Amino acid sequence: MSKAKRPAIEGWFRIEGEPALLGTQCKSCKTLFFPREETYCRNPQCQSTEFDEVPLSTRGKLWSFTNNCYKPPAPYMSADPFEPYAIAAVELEKEKLVVLGQVVPGVGCEELKSGMEMELVLETLFEDEDNEYLVWKWKPAAAA
Amino acid sequence: MHPWGKWGRNFVEYGVKAANDALKDAGIEWKDVQLVVGGDTVRNGYPGYVSGATFAQALGWNGAQVTSTYGACATGSQAINTARAHILAGFCDVALVVGADTTPKGFLAPTGGDRFDDPDWLRFRLLGATNPVYFGLYARRRMELYGATELDFAKVKVKNSRHGYQNPNARYKKTFTIEDVFESPMVSDPLRLLQICATSDGGAALILTSMAYARKKATNPVTVAGVSTVTPVYPQSVIEMPEFGTDSAAAVGLPDTFFKDSITRRAYEEAGIGPEDLNLAEVYDLSSALELDWYENIGLCNPGEAERLLNDGDTTIGGRIPVNPSGGLGCFGEAVPAQAIAQVCELTWQLRGEATGRQVEGAKVGVSANQGLFGHGSSVVCKR
Repeated sequence: MSKAKRPAIEGWFRIEGEPALLGTQCKSCKTLFFPREETYCRNPQCQSTEFDEVPLSTRGKLWSFTNNCYKPPAPYMSADPFEPYAIAAVELEKEKLVVLGQVVPGVGCEELKSGMEMELVLETLFEDEDNEYLVWKWKPAAAA
Repeated sequence: MHPWGKWGRNFVEYGVKAANDALKDAGIEWKDVQLVVGGDTVRNGYPGYVSGATFAQALGWNGAQVTSTYGACATGSQAINTARAHILAGFCDVALVVGADTTPKGFLAPTGGDRFDDPDWLRFRLLGATNPVYFGLYARRRMELYGATELDFAKVKVKNSRHGYQNPNARYKKTFTIEDVFESPMVSDPLRLLQICATSDGGAALILTSMAYARKKATNPVTVAGVSTVTPVYPQSVIEMPEFGTDSAAAVGLPDTFFKDSITRRAYEEAGIGPEDLNLAEVYDLSSALELDWYENIGLCNPGEAERLLNDGDTTIGGRIPVNPSGGLGCFGEAVPAQAIAQVCELTWQLRGEATGRQVEGAKVGVSANQGLFGHGSSVVCKR
């Protein structure tokens, strides 16, 4: 029997339908937040406490990238043996913000170049006996 | 100072050693200290959270006023600024500033438990983003924007190792070659082990006094002419540890000055100087690539020109504006709450002409620059 798929963190991304990061937008000043801000707007000119949930663009341009060659400490749930992974910082044009994410397995730094188009996917971050825990990752976008 | 290393002893011991050194250097007795400001460590339990009192107790309670500060890597300048503010307000004449740390082996890790509301915990959980990951992102960005090379980054390490190998307080007293750097293992591409700062044990302390009091003790004291503890202006457009991304600039436009450019600017304004007046700088080389960013952030050159400054020898001792004559974090490793204080110890020795083996001749004005995670700017201008 296949394991249940659960988000590694609640509310940060959509797992039903088209995958997307879920940010919030201030109802008053329209400022976007990711990770989601739901209490007080952080725009210093704005006093709003009301937000709408908004999905973020699922494609963006690679701002910078690196990798992690050594196993990070807890609470990272590492595979055994540890598999190095690349990390991408992707600039979302419409939202005018940069979001970090691991790069999908099998894509290393040598295959990445700043400015290239990246797309968001959901992949397994770690699993236990009953569940697979999903997280967003970036992968080089398929040609449009 | 207590020498940096991996000594594995109680941080209090390092702090007391540094405090006693500072008292002796200043010719001041412990009983005459009116304020103790501790730089906290978050890795050593409760005594670390009340470090001012911890050090005061270890030195022998003397009834002084006490406080403790924390600002991650900027902790030391927070402590210096607190002491300075008390003195300038007229609350005291003599303050002792102390920071010390005992660090665990390996990557700095977040607080334990299930902390789904803590970005520092979440970046490890969801991304596996260690500190060197952020350094790697900045380094790669420099390569893509300005054509910096891995050789440039290696040259920073080589330069700083030559600066610091005779520094008695440094942990790594060895001159490294380009080959050494390139043979060390990759940690976060393009940064290798020898280009990333280690975590160290160590302690640093300073005595700050009013000008009137200093003139009774010294004919030509070193002056703290400016301190900056600025925060960013919204929206933050560069990813900072431990964030998952930047603020959005879609609704509110970017500020005129990026955060890291604003850090020393405030200290220069207070001191009434500009970067052209500097004789040396101590900057936070968490990675060798990051030192190049600082050249631009502190105004030594325009964006994209740092590699030229390095390659022309301008930032080497003997050059136009030596950077990290102490050897920097590359020679020390980081002892978080002590580091910004240690930077000012180095400025002090340099301005007094006492930096044996690494002296910047005739130095009269120096700046330290540093940044603590969660938005702490940190800079001190010292003048002779």
